[in-house]
Amino acid sequence: MSRVVRLVAAMWCVVALGLVRAAAAPPDDIFVMAKDVGDVITLDPAEVFEFTAGEIVANVYDRLMMFEPEHPGQIAGGVAESYAISDDGRTIVFRIRDGLRFHSGNPVRPEDVEFSLERVVKLNRTPAFIVTQFGWNADNVEDLIQVVDARHLRIEVTEGLSPGLVLNALSAGVASVVDRELVLAHAADGDLGHAWLKTHSAGSGAFRLGKWKANEYIALEANPHYPHGAPAMRRVFLQHVPEPSAQRLLLERGDVDMARNLTPDQIEALAGHDDLAVDSYPKGAIVYLAANAAHPVLGNSTVVQALRHAIDYQGMADSFLAGQFAVHQAFWPAGLWAGDASTPYELDIKKARSLLEDAGLEPFDVRIDTLTSSPFPQIAQSLQATFAQAGIHSRIVMQDGRTLWPRYRARKHELIIARWSPDYMDPHSNADAFARNPDNRPEAGLAGVLAWRNAWASEDINAMTIEARDTRDLDAREQMYLELQRRLQTEGPYAIMFQQIDQVVRRRHVKGFVSGVNFDHVYYRMVTK
Amino acid sequence: MPEGRTGSQLDRNRNSLLVLAPRRIAGTALSLVLTFAGLTAVTFAIARVMPADPVLAIVGDRAHQDVYDAVYRELGLDQPIFVQYLRYLGQLFEGDLGVSIMTAQPVLHDLLRFFPATLELATVATLLGVLVGVPLGVLAAVRQGRWLDHLIRTVGLFGYSVPVFWLGMLALFVLYAKLGWVAGPGRIDIFFDGMVEPVTGLILVDSALAREWEIFRNALGHLVLPAGILGIHSLAYLARMTRHFMLEQLGQEYILAARVKGVPERTVIWRHAFRNVLVQLITIVGLTYASLLEGSVLTETVFAWPGIGQYITSSLFNNDMNAVLGGTIVVGVCFVGINMGSDLLYRLVDPRAR
Repeated sequence: MSRVVRLVAAMWCVVALGLVRAAAAPPDDIFVMAKDVGDVITLDPAEVFEFTAGEIVANVYDRLMMFEPEHPGQIAGGVAESYAISDDGRTIVFRIRDGLRFHSGNPVRPEDVEFSLERVVKLNRTPAFIVTQFGWNADNVEDLIQVVDARHLRIEVTEGLSPGLVLNALSAGVASVVDRELVLAHAADGDLGHAWLKTHSAGSGAFRLGKWKANEYIALEANPHYPHGAPAMRRVFLQHVPEPSAQRLLLERGDVDMARNLTPDQIEALAGHDDLAVDSYPKGAIVYLAANAAHPVLGNSTVVQALRHAIDYQGMADSFLAGQFAVHQAFWPAGLWAGDASTPYELDIKKARSLLEDAGLEPFDVRIDTLTSSPFPQIAQSLQATFAQAGIHSRIVMQDGRTLWPRYRARKHELIIARWSPDYMDPHSNADAFARNPDNRPEAGLAGVLAWRNAWASEDINAMTIEARDTRDLDAREQMYLELQRRLQTEGPYAIMFQQIDQVVRRRHVKGFVSGVNFDHVYYRMVTK
Repeated sequence: MPEGRTGSQLDRNRNSLLVLAPRRIAGTALSLVLTFAGLTAVTFAIARVMPADPVLAIVGDRAHQDVYDAVYRELGLDQPIFVQYLRYLGQLFEGDLGVSIMTAQPVLHDLLRFFPATLELATVATLLGVLVGVPLGVLAAVRQGRWLDHLIRTVGLFGYSVPVFWLGMLALFVLYAKLGWVAGPGRIDIFFDGMVEPVTGLILVDSALAREWEIFRNALGHLVLPAGILGIHSLAYLARMTRHFMLEQLGQEYILAARVKGVPERTVIWRHAFRNVLVQLITIVGLTYASLLEGSVLTETVFAWPGIGQYITSSLFNNDMNAVLGGTIVVGVCFVGINMGSDLLYRLVDPRAR
């Protein structure tokens, strides 16, 4: 027996060796964030459409037009130093900034911009629609994007779009400029370097991709030659920590500098912490309820109006959504150009009941589909409770995205609670999704359009959306979008409820982190410690 | 025993082994082939009939229909399911498990990265379970009904019934956040990552081979807690099972006879009783080890441990079927390998099984 006891004791000694804590806080020139980075599936800017990958691309690549971290609400030239728009608004000539270099050392030339935009169109991955709406396709794009000389590039749009819209769209991730020489050196089977760029980088941004180890971390290395100055942080890590409680512990111990996915109750608990600070950033994501107009009852616009009055917007925002969502009832986020901050609806059960009576409806049953992730179940439960007061009996079905999105895209839902984030910083991005439905037939298959998914179309609204899209006068265009939002608030199949607020918690000595309105306007280059 | 008889018996055994060996090998190989054919077919079928859309996992829910259709064709989903399966098997025979949607890397590359993390965790946890749990089980059986037995059974019940997730969070809170005795989530402090050339993929082994003792200590600091939590679970189970098996043996007449003959108690327990529970224990330890090698999803999630369990689970959530199939095959190989290993061990410890 004593031999066994000795063996066990020896083993515990080995274990005890590990009990001498060997972890250390990040050095002063390394910035570590704890974040769930499980959503990253590609880092090719022609394909990226996920939140974390979007922010990586924003830090690794410069775009033709950009929202710089010094002025995150203002569009400016990125790789483009300046631009000139033709009288008919269909041609824009960009002057490319002199002296820019990729991480490889290659100069940034108009040929690189041309190649970058052309490969987006030719690869035709999900975000390609942002530029194919210009009338570009695989057959004509080489004619419509032309290098003029060593400093200039000309693009033509075949649609009569507002140049403002074109410039805003060219600030999206798909307008990231890639290093043509480097990418083509890694192309295989005519893929324009797609397979390689999924896990590598070829940009000119403030950082270059060090390594992406899925389910572990993403590491970025500073670009010491960045024109705005070398970032203070030599390396940036996004450490994959899927569990918020573990993120909190890491932050409190000082083993990470920032936690990105803490829950509202965790943030509240940390509010008085001496070494930690909470920052809030309004984001462009909105949460909405949508009604399938093909449903025999929900197709009645009076019923949708009644639903809008049967939602406790403020009650939710003041309780379980506190700090992370604010009441918002228009399709374009507040705080942006053409954003509508008006909130015409509040919980009014009497009004909801009287509207249902006016429509001649008896109490009815309806199914609410939503995601399993917070805060959707809580929102659904709140809606269920207040709808019941108005005489609407609802059944909540929670699913993850794998089953929810196919159902929504196939128009099989009744009511659905979902989130939407702008694809680029122009109100047409959301108007094109919420308002315009050019072909409401099921066989049209416009599954990327929310209005089509909800089997809702209005000729009048369609025409208004196109007019706003094409109007060149900024003030007139802004008024059109405000009007469009007001009309959708009463005529559309939606009850838009909230606008998201991003809350991050950082060690107090960490400064300079910037999170702009759009999901991919997150910048690390000004971070200091 | 006459020498001639022993010699001829050995010859007969050798001859029969020579005759039986090819048959046994052929039988084992056939059973392996059938097992893997069944495993891949069932997993493939489940992956294809699940009410989830692998195309949306790539293109996202906002994709326009033309983009969706193009990727649908790229994945070969427009082909009949048996054509898809045969194509998959064809690739499998060439050692190509496909490319993961989630990591954009070949699945084989991913498995070579994630599996060693789980292997390291599971091996340390199993060692802890065996080296502590088995002696505790023997001790409890020998001291049946006394306070030590009650204590060990209570500890065993606690370890076996407390959810790993909860225990993991509690241990992190106390031992990492409050006391600072161990390192936090993750396999290693990320600044150290890549500083040691991966040879085996096991950080402890690789850092020891490279004589990078600071990295070794750091990795050990990260491993202690998740391995300890998993170890407590297997320790509790093994202690309970060992106690049960030992009590069965200690009640047998041959034990009574040995005691009556004056054989020392230590010999009675370890050489007589314990040897006879070894076969059953090997089965239990093998199954425990195999289940840990599947990857303990909850432990890996709480401790941000990049192992095979987290890989398969997140692949499943992302409809990443190549990754799920690849991971399932690895788990299948583990089970089959451990079963074969257990068979060999039976023959070593039990002459009747030879």
